[in-house]
Amino acid sequence: MFKQSFPDVLEAFWFDVRMFVVVEVVVLVLGLAVALVRTTTAPALFPVRLLALGYVDVFRGIPTLLLVYLIGFGIPALELSGLPTSAVVLGGAALALSYGAYVSEVYRAGIVSVHRGQRDAARAIGLTEGQALRHVILPQAVRRVGPPLLNDFISLQKDIVLISVLGVAGEAFRVAQIDAASDFNYTPLIAAAICFLAITIPLARIVDRLSVGTGGVAR
Amino acid sequence: MSAAPVLRVSGVTKAFGEREVLRGVDLEVPEHRAVAVIGASGSGKSTLLRCADLLEEIDDGDIFLDGEVITDPMVDTVAVRRRLGLVFQAYNLFPHMNVIDNVMLGSVRAHGIERDEAERRARELLGRFGLEGRERDRPDDLSGGQQQRVAIVRAIAGSPRALLLDEITSALDPELVGEVLEAVRELKQEGMTMLIVTHEMSFAREVADEVCFLHDGRILERGPPAKVLESPERPETQQFLRRLLTAGRL
Ligand SMILES: Nc1ncnc2c1ncn2[C@@H]1O[C@H](COP(=O)(O)OP(=O)(O)OP(=O)(O)O)[C@@H](O)[C@H]1O
Ligand SMILES: [Mg+2]
Repeated sequence: MFKQSFPDVLEAFWFDVRMFVVVEVVVLVLGLAVALVRTTTAPALFPVRLLALGYVDVFRGIPTLLLVYLIGFGIPALELSGLPTSAVVLGGAALALSYGAYVSEVYRAGIVSVHRGQRDAARAIGLTEGQALRHVILPQAVRRVGPPLLNDFISLQKDIVLISVLGVAGEAFRVAQIDAASDFNYTPLIAAAICFLAITIPLARIVDRLSVGTGGVAR
Repeated sequence: MSAAPVLRVSGVTKAFGEREVLRGVDLEVPEHRAVAVIGASGSGKSTLLRCADLLEEIDDGDIFLDGEVITDPMVDTVAVRRRLGLVFQAYNLFPHMNVIDNVMLGSVRAHGIERDEAERRARELLGRFGLEGRERDRPDDLSGGQQQRVAIVRAIAGSPRALLLDEITSALDPELVGEVLEAVRELKQEGMTMLIVTHEMSFAREVADEVCFLHDGRILERGPPAKVLESPERPETQQFLRRLLTAGRL
């Protein structure tokens, strides 16, 4: 039974992994952009800061599953031309928006944790604000938030299964579920669980090593 | 008529909220001269230097660099900072970069110097300040005195018109103060124009051409070091120096 269902589930899991990579890239870029906006201080940028704050509050405050439903079924229901209707795209967008809000807060914590003397020193040697950010602040910020960022990677990898509620064919959990339902056997579900563990456990070990590396006296 | 001073501070005021830190400061640093600013903690010494380097916006007055006003809203602040060097009390080196990258960052990114040329010059400057062989070390692996010398080298790598030094020895263990002061002495000999905030009175007497006593946001007394430090006129200056004396810092 395990031998039968495992290839199906594995193939579906490969889809999950690719989905994860694409969504994660979007999350990292979106999260950074929102964090950068939120850490600006120029009075002129106040409206954009407010917008970024609103985004974070709203998308962090809604359960991810609910967000997948709202976007995955809500957008097609609007019947507006030009908007995507594919469940994969909408599900991916919902996950990216949800995780982007979390990750922007992780980045922001890293940025504000860099001592203000670093920005002063960067400006004092004649760097522009952008150069100070790029060469001095962000490298230090990203180093500090490596472990929490990877923790969010792990959550996202698991939450890819949420898009199965939109009826995305070929998603690992859904394939396992259908296989299991057809002959009242849990083995496919266990196969799916093993697939996820094969990714999340190594990621967790990396988090452990990074956490040791950034804590204490070690640099 | 002598040439314009390299740095001129004229009637500068600066408040943080309700708190007036500078209340009309006037100061001139002529070329190749060193002016020392002394004063109690909280008297506004760091704020004065930060205003001069345009890290803080002043409320009123003007600051001139080589005769040009630099505190006008139309002035490109980044371009002005490239013509000045500032050394901080706490070094503020970039911990994620090695020593030579700390020194080269401004040369390459702010001054557009080729990497090879910037590296050659950084090596030469580091060597001159006794840091040969430490180029690839991280700042954390150096002593405080070495870190502060790297910070000095970083500040002069862009060949600034004037160097602003903010209590650069007060975070150091006593035995490391000498090597950093020696570096400043050498810069003075080379003719570097400097505005020096310091608690080291014997050092101020030795290298400064003028000493200014900052009290409550104003310069209460100024003059040749021997005059201000040995026979000050104002009671506030006398009291400040007496306190330093009893604290064993004179
Ligand atoms: N960014 C700021 N916001 C609010 N208040 C500030 C700020 N920077 C400085 N101050 C206040 O301005 C006053 C002068 O500070 P400043 O750092 O210039 O003093 P200082 O003479 O350099 O003192 P020290 O010898 O302790 O370094 C202090 O009361 C300080 O609390
Ligand atoms: Mg100070």
